[in-house]
Amino acid sequence: MSETFAPAVSRSPRAAAFRAGLHRARIEFRQSATSPQEIWGALFLPVIALLVMYLMRGQKVPGVAFSLSSQSIPGIIGLNVVLNGMMGLAMALTIDREDGTLLRAKATPNGMLGYLTGKVVSRAGLAVAGALLPLVPAAFLFDGLRLGEVSSWLTMAWVMTIGLVAMLPFGAVIGSLFEGTQNVGVITLPMMGLMGISGVFYPLTALPDWLQWVGQTFPIYWLGLGLRSALLPDTLAAAEVGDSWRHLETIAVLGVWAVAGFLIAPLVLRRMARRESGSRVAARREKAMRRAM
Amino acid sequence: MNSGDNDDEIPEEAAIETRGLHMRYGSTEVLRGVDLRVRRGEVVALLGPNGAGKTTTIEILEGFRGRSAGEVRVLGTDPGHGDEAWRARLGIVLQSWRDHGKWRVRELLDHLGRYYVPYSTPSRRRPYDTDELIALVGLTGREDAVAGRLSGGQRRRLDVAIGLVGRPDLLFLDEPTVGFDPQARQDFHELVRRLADLEDTTILLTTHDLDEAEKLAHRILILAGGTIVADGTAAELARRVTGRAEVRYSRDGEFHTESVEDATGYVRGLFARYGDAIGDLEVRRVRLEDVYLAMVRDFEAGRHTGIPGELAEVSA
Repeated sequence: MSETFAPAVSRSPRAAAFRAGLHRARIEFRQSATSPQEIWGALFLPVIALLVMYLMRGQKVPGVAFSLSSQSIPGIIGLNVVLNGMMGLAMALTIDREDGTLLRAKATPNGMLGYLTGKVVSRAGLAVAGALLPLVPAAFLFDGLRLGEVSSWLTMAWVMTIGLVAMLPFGAVIGSLFEGTQNVGVITLPMMGLMGISGVFYPLTALPDWLQWVGQTFPIYWLGLGLRSALLPDTLAAAEVGDSWRHLETIAVLGVWAVAGFLIAPLVLRRMARRESGSRVAARREKAMRRAM
Repeated sequence: MNSGDNDDEIPEEAAIETRGLHMRYGSTEVLRGVDLRVRRGEVVALLGPNGAGKTTTIEILEGFRGRSAGEVRVLGTDPGHGDEAWRARLGIVLQSWRDHGKWRVRELLDHLGRYYVPYSTPSRRRPYDTDELIALVGLTGREDAVAGRLSGGQRRRLDVAIGLVGRPDLLFLDEPTVGFDPQARQDFHELVRRLADLEDTTILLTTHDLDEAEKLAHRILILAGGTIVADGTAAELARRVTGRAEVRYSRDGEFHTESVEDATGYVRGLFARYGDAIGDLEVRRVRLEDVYLAMVRDFEAGRHTGIPGELAEVSA
């Protein structure tokens, strides 16, 4: 604690809060990464999906002599990034509003900045960990993944970065709009539908035209496409829309989502934070307790 | 515990000042002109029945809630426009925190302290040293305990510690000792006195424990029906309601209770007249609880005057 009074740290309050946010990210990441319950929550989807794909490994991608199971691995990983990143952030925000963690941030000078920094960074870290871990068994179970090449890791790095930047703000928006953790569940159903039309488990080209268009408006498809371009042989591009990995389009669509997110999220977050108070937290808690009985 | 009479003359020394504070939710008027003033370094207890507007008042002062009308100054700033430097000078202990359930005690205090570092001044070092703070609230030995697994009283001490971590100029304590055992309560009272005397911390507390208010507060405000209906020290309030004391005694084995103006004279008379026949003597000054109940009852009976009238009989 001797650092507390050192002159070096008494710089700008916002810089101090940002650094405190990184400190918070480290602690919250450790809390999640050492909780068996959260580890299971972060990995259950890829574990089950990998098992199913392993059992179905005989099927081929239509028109290409390549295992459909191997082709689906990048999509599964992308999906896990969405769940752990965006949905995880939404859920965490809702829980933190319910138990008063957010109000605590509000009662602390520049606390919201530190809180959000911590949340976003720790969630991004968990999303990346949740994407990389399933790749280890996948490397042994499935053929044809280009895990040995530097270029595939570089592609994966930028695709995941821009994907997270595009989706995390919307996680914050969802978490701000829904009051109570149960209500966030409402969003799960449309999310499942979105997964179905985002080419995660089966190439998008197999869907009717209009559904392809719907799927291509959302970031899940582009995240999956980018990860496929990183992990699959180039010949597989033939199974995609336009017979191409469409990197430019990926950057454009995810970029638009990112810009929109960074415009909308601060407004929604500010409105939500302004309304937090002790009596609101108490009322929410009472409601939650009534539900539990 | 005396804040000094000379403070009265210096208006800019007010830590909290409201004039004509109004709050309406739809058509319900919760606060109808609250005028209150808390001097720097003063400990003030805000009492009132549930629904009187205590929480609303405090939330407005904390800057967590807007207001419908009126002037409000907290540490010289309108809480509706308080910036982060202003926020750094406030400490807030709400009724039911259960946040940061997975964090360890020391870890959390250390973390929250970091936000206050840039607001440290030579006269007020911010934040509190974590270990010192832990010792101050009596959580030594529980530093590595996870917040969610603390007992109710320990969790409350952690809340108080968090409220103090930025060494606040002004501390809001909402029902601070609910769930405390008698020992913890006494420790806490000592802590509050120490903060007020040594740290020059202004404290506004709400409580339902009138003994606590009487023990801790320099001054007591009673909020009823959206206005301050009484304001003064416990003794002043008692005098305002009644100058009487209750005398209990037995004469020849028969028990009597009398409410009298001059207890000393009455007792002298009793002994002069009955001598040894008097036993089990007990003289009881009117307690704050009696005053409080009388004032609230008075108010609810429709006498919306600032100063409740005299009561003929005092009932416990």
